[in-house]
Amino acid sequence: MTDSMESENEKMDTSVKPTSLGSVASNAPKRAPGTLAMGRGLEARGIHAWFGKNHVLSDVTLDFAAGTVTALIGPSGCGKSTFIRTMNRMHEFIPGAAMAGEVLLDGKDVYAPGTDVTKIRLQIGMVFQKPNPFPSMTIGQNVLSGLKLAQLKVDNKDDLMEECLERAGLWSEVKDRLNAHGGSLSGGQQQRLCIARALAVRPQVLLMDEPCSALDPGSTLRIEETIRHLSDSMTIIIVTHNMQQAARVSDYTAFFLSDNGPGQMIECAPTSEIFSRPRDKRTENYVTGRFG
Amino acid sequence: MPQTYIQPSAPAPSSGVAIPREITTEPRFSDRVFRGVVTTGGLSSLAILGLITIFLGYRGFEVLRQEGFNFITSSTWAITTDDAGNVVESHFGIAAMLVGTILCSIVAVLIAVPISVFTALFLNFYAPAWLKKILVSVIDMMAAFPSILFGIWGFLVLMPSVEYWAKLLNHYLGFIPIFHVPAYYFTRSPFIAGVVLAIMIIPIITSVSREVFSQTPLDRIQAAYALGATRWGMIQAVVIPYGRGGVVGGAMLGLGRAMGETVAVYTVLNIVYQVNWQMLFGAGGNIASLIILKFGDASPYEIKALMAAGLILFALTLLVNAGADLMVKRFGGNKR
Repeated sequence: MTDSMESENEKMDTSVKPTSLGSVASNAPKRAPGTLAMGRGLEARGIHAWFGKNHVLSDVTLDFAAGTVTALIGPSGCGKSTFIRTMNRMHEFIPGAAMAGEVLLDGKDVYAPGTDVTKIRLQIGMVFQKPNPFPSMTIGQNVLSGLKLAQLKVDNKDDLMEECLERAGLWSEVKDRLNAHGGSLSGGQQQRLCIARALAVRPQVLLMDEPCSALDPGSTLRIEETIRHLSDSMTIIIVTHNMQQAARVSDYTAFFLSDNGPGQMIECAPTSEIFSRPRDKRTENYVTGRFG
Repeated sequence: MPQTYIQPSAPAPSSGVAIPREITTEPRFSDRVFRGVVTTGGLSSLAILGLITIFLGYRGFEVLRQEGFNFITSSTWAITTDDAGNVVESHFGIAAMLVGTILCSIVAVLIAVPISVFTALFLNFYAPAWLKKILVSVIDMMAAFPSILFGIWGFLVLMPSVEYWAKLLNHYLGFIPIFHVPAYYFTRSPFIAGVVLAIMIIPIITSVSREVFSQTPLDRIQAAYALGATRWGMIQAVVIPYGRGGVVGGAMLGLGRAMGETVAVYTVLNIVYQVNWQMLFGAGGNIASLIILKFGDASPYEIKALMAAGLILFALTLLVNAGADLMVKRFGGNKR
């Protein structure tokens, strides 16, 4: 373990690390080592979450290697969204919310005392279920809003704006109307605008909470293409109810389930394995559509 | 009345020309009763407003006709009667009162809006729940506080300190015309009246602002936080643009209240029949205070003049509210 701390690459190779869920540890997929250029890996260690006295998530340990796309699937209410919201500390906004465990970004616990939460959220970006551009800002201002909010300086704002819109697959559609208001776009375009906005602060990790659930199939396809392109340069975790989507975009898939108790991670494996030969009966039942 | 039906005269569809069906709905009896009740409620406020206007117009008409446009451009308020009580000569003009009313109200709004907006932001985004509860009830209580007490407190307690601030303002900013004073006399100025009014309108502006701020869509707040915003950054990017229209609306409600406020201003303000824009100088005017000042020992004809003044105040308030509507549409608008 100590040797593996020597280089970024080896540290990101998480296949040898033990996890607390025995069955998962043995299933831990062999991952290609990531590089810093592909974003940073994220490690969740024994995550629990509560809303008041309600224990909603129990002991989830998951590694996300740099440059991979991981899909979180499972029935509603199994704690997927709560889980990713603990990753960038958005969980704590809900009154009465509590969590246990560690989230390691670049080996450092994001919940460590003295950590600047705003800096964590700059490194771990987030795209929400419902497109939420700032309606009082133009398209261009929306893209750059993160810089303004975090008081970051860039040399060439126009280049950055173009780059982010390009990466989000929206540039060609909006380049002639950057001064129009964000609300004037279609739902799918708004969601890609939100992705561009998240990219502008150059996060290493991007969390996507059912980014396509409010969108039509065409827009969904565009966003899935965007996700594939982005995975060259960053680590992506996507929550989805759409199993075809998980199969299309992700390298790894983790199945969550709540069995009348707190949600748990049942298994995590390379996506093709989850869908073809899952180890757990419950996973098989879910991916074959027997419930959920 | 029958239920939904096709007009017997409608041609058969086979004629090839589509004629829209007439659609009627027959409300249930209970529905009609309820509609009657709410309609009466809704129209009664309109009726009361209309009756007040008619009353003021009727009583004030004679004076308005006699004085003409002078009523709002001159500042003389004089009536001479002979021993029998007949009016010998009269001049009524409320220019000084009109200007004073506007001046005091604007001072009040300029002071109250920032305080109220920051209070609302504090209550919504910074205050712990227990403190929020206490503060909200304290502020609501402020709104129910009798205005005469504000007036007395303003006169006895607040005035000495505000006079000091006024002197400071005059000392450092006296070169700006509105902070200039023609004579070194600061007691009972429109500025002091404005400060008292500001305290009185803080509750309404605060509660309106608090309400709109609390309705800021959560997904936008989260979007800002997820981009690494600090709380203040989030408020600037999301909450203020969203709540701007509501704050303007609240400010206009406060302005309306400030213009109509009588007793507190009457207690504090030194009423002088001369137009004065210099707010730090101890001479001002106020239509509502004029009415209360003169009403007690006014002759019947003078009462008519006071009614006319009331009509002007009423019109001014309506004008401000209409302006508020326009501004809310302009600032609130569809970009929310």
